[in-house]
Amino acid sequence: MSLISNLKPGGKHGVPSSESRDPIGYLVAGLNRLAQTDLLDKVRLRKPAEQAVFSVTRTGFKTMTNASRTFARAGKGGQPGTRPTHAAASGVFDLTPGEDEQMLVDVVTEFADEVVRPAAAEADKACAAPDDLLKASLEIGLPILGLPEALGGVSEERSAMAGTLVAEALAKGDMGLAVATLAPGSVATAIGLWGTDAQQQTYLPAFSAEDGTVPAAALALTEPTVLFDVLKPSTTATKSGDGYVLNGTKSLVARGDSAELFVVGAELDGKPVLFLVESSTEGLAVEGDPGMGVRAASMTKLVLEDVKVPADAVLGETDGSTYTECVRLSRLAWCALAVGTGQAVLDYVTPYVKGREAFGEPIANRQSVAFMVANIAIELQGMRLLTYRAASRAAAGKDFSREVALARKACTDKGMQIGLDGVQLLGGHGFVKEHPVERWYRDLRAIGIMEGTVLV
Amino acid sequence: MAINLEVPKKHRALVDQAHQVAMNMLRPISRKYDIAEHEYPKELDMLAAMIDGLSESGASEGAGATGVRRDAGDEDKGKVKNGANLASVTSVAEMCWGDTGLLLSMPRQGLGNSAIASVANDEQLERFKGRWASMAITEPSFGSDSAAISTTAVLDGDEYVINGEKIFVTSGERSDCIVVWATLDKSLGRAAIKSFVVEKDTPGVKVERLEEKLGIRASDTAVITFTDARVPKENLLGSPEINVEQGFAGAMATFDNTRPLVAAMAVGCARASLDLTRDLLAEAGIEVDYDRPAILQHAAAAKFLQLESDWEAGRLLTLQAAWMADNRKPNSLEASMAKAKAGRVGSDVTLSCVELCASIGYSEEELLEKWARDSKILDIFEGTQQIQQLIVARRVLGLSSAELK
Repeated sequence: MSLISNLKPGGKHGVPSSESRDPIGYLVAGLNRLAQTDLLDKVRLRKPAEQAVFSVTRTGFKTMTNASRTFARAGKGGQPGTRPTHAAASGVFDLTPGEDEQMLVDVVTEFADEVVRPAAAEADKACAAPDDLLKASLEIGLPILGLPEALGGVSEERSAMAGTLVAEALAKGDMGLAVATLAPGSVATAIGLWGTDAQQQTYLPAFSAEDGTVPAAALALTEPTVLFDVLKPSTTATKSGDGYVLNGTKSLVARGDSAELFVVGAELDGKPVLFLVESSTEGLAVEGDPGMGVRAASMTKLVLEDVKVPADAVLGETDGSTYTECVRLSRLAWCALAVGTGQAVLDYVTPYVKGREAFGEPIANRQSVAFMVANIAIELQGMRLLTYRAASRAAAGKDFSREVALARKACTDKGMQIGLDGVQLLGGHGFVKEHPVERWYRDLRAIGIMEGTVLV
Repeated sequence: MAINLEVPKKHRALVDQAHQVAMNMLRPISRKYDIAEHEYPKELDMLAAMIDGLSESGASEGAGATGVRRDAGDEDKGKVKNGANLASVTSVAEMCWGDTGLLLSMPRQGLGNSAIASVANDEQLERFKGRWASMAITEPSFGSDSAAISTTAVLDGDEYVINGEKIFVTSGERSDCIVVWATLDKSLGRAAIKSFVVEKDTPGVKVERLEEKLGIRASDTAVITFTDARVPKENLLGSPEINVEQGFAGAMATFDNTRPLVAAMAVGCARASLDLTRDLLAEAGIEVDYDRPAILQHAAAAKFLQLESDWEAGRLLTLQAAWMADNRKPNSLEASMAKAKAGRVGSDVTLSCVELCASIGYSEEELLEKWARDSKILDIFEGTQQIQQLIVARRVLGLSSAELK
């Protein structure tokens, strides 16, 4: 390929295709390319291959997926798995969490305050969660949170509400680390909800292992497409012999480089369907895909090229119903994360505007500042109640498609506004990394874009 | 217990009933009294009698203007209550889905009744039972700044003598009595402001005129003057003591109870617009899909999703404030949050629905344009949007009114 054709505008470097380069433009662009080659050489001197470096600097560098584990087949194929029971509906309007839920929230809040928040800035920079933090998240049982007791979990009932409260509490610490720690549990929850007996017996025991060997796992639904419609994935599944062949690319796959099990969304006979894909399967490749925010979750692209999976890799129904349910529960989780991060913003700006003085008094004494804080508080509580309503309906086994859509709309729009105002209230100080508000600004942009990855 | 944000099972019959009344009684006369401003909606007498009957039978769960009273009884201690406050906001919202102006004109369901229920002692509560009470706070020289009250009440023997002019008295002409806010001693500031129940036939009380308004035209809004109007001293609501420490708190407590009601009005009015617009959009071939991303849908559907989301947030904040009142949790912050959100959402929803439905929305042939006029007052009375934000900001930031002006 010639240099000239390589430099054609259109998408590359954010240059729209309506732009054109004149001769001087080509010259400048060419020089720039040379300079970059030089730079690349220098980069090569750096100690390579650290996971963090992989994620941050080597977008486009493909590697094999993690192939360390094979899951031993167990259980009865074709038999329905164990299903969690739904929470009994009391019929009373109530905003008080149950006793068990409150205990869980207390534990997670402590974890978020003392472990997650202090690690957040560094993890954001490194695009990776520290190992000891991930280990600690296993100890408090995050991967089995959504599993019923019979499958190695902690709760008797369906726990979409508990999952929501936990995600909120974690994200108050840090959204990126919340996603990193919740990702494996999302796959376990999905298998608990929709897996056959064989799928549950094969995969779930690993998630309740107490020796710190719980696998990383990822729920991969998003694709790198403009105007992406999660309900119409372009990743395809075609029948082949006894099984299926998957082809396509998934984006924003949390910890894809270390994941040992993926749940991948693909279109089969015109319907979106979930497939269980082990990382050792041939044809899988993973690529670092760091984004604007949620960086601690080590986002990757997952490329599937003629990936053969057996017939029993299908998770749940093939009529699109399981997939749609999964999308809704995932959106619910992102709403909960937005509420947690929104609360972090409110808690941070409140003392700041009271302490920061201008024109001889705290800026909080000015209505233009104080009303921004008031609106953060109002919209945040609205987001929270919308999210709780969707979660409590999900927990009770009721239809929650409308409720989660309304929650997502609010968490996307108002959540971003909160992120924006959080930075604005700190002025120039909000723009620098000395304060966490710029990170929350970046994280909150994820809501409304993310599909999959986490699930409650 | 578990978190649950559905309308409680035991209130559902009441809500359904209110909805039927709104649909079959209020909607058919909605336009009639919008056009015939100041004409008394006589149909409401029948309805009021029915509501009283339901209330006597207990079927209304204590809902209504007086449903805001916080019972002192503690027989259900520790148990989560869904009581009269929640029943009131859900049924008021249903009635305003029918017609906000007519709800405000409902005999014996005035904001004055809510004020009496909020702060009256048991004897007063009994004495004013069954009376239709309107509320008179605003004066020509002030609106939001209630502390600036210039109407005076001077004790003379066993009576208070009231002098002053009140404006924007909802149901001021039709009500039996008026809850009047007046100061015992202007030099003592907020603490000296008290409310008095004044019978309409008291000599010196005069309805000067009725306002012509943008919306809620079925509701009469009066200017009332008080010239040496004498009321028995037992008609002072709450304590006659001027407690400078406590300041305004006593009188302002009324608002913690009435703001969720006004928020509920906005929720109800806006839902009327949403329901009809959804219908009209569907006729035009636009269906809202809750699963597909909004940006992939028709712009009208995406807009509708945003409106519905905002509306639902306002509704849930309103339910929260009422639930807290039922469970005797302090709810000033939540009441103001609910009113701020529901108030602005009421305007956004009703105005946007007019836009979505184009000339059909703008025409008097449909009620969308009416709802877009009715909703505006709900972001103004019982505390404007700005006053609610001020209250929320002071609470959240922990600032006094001297610090955050």
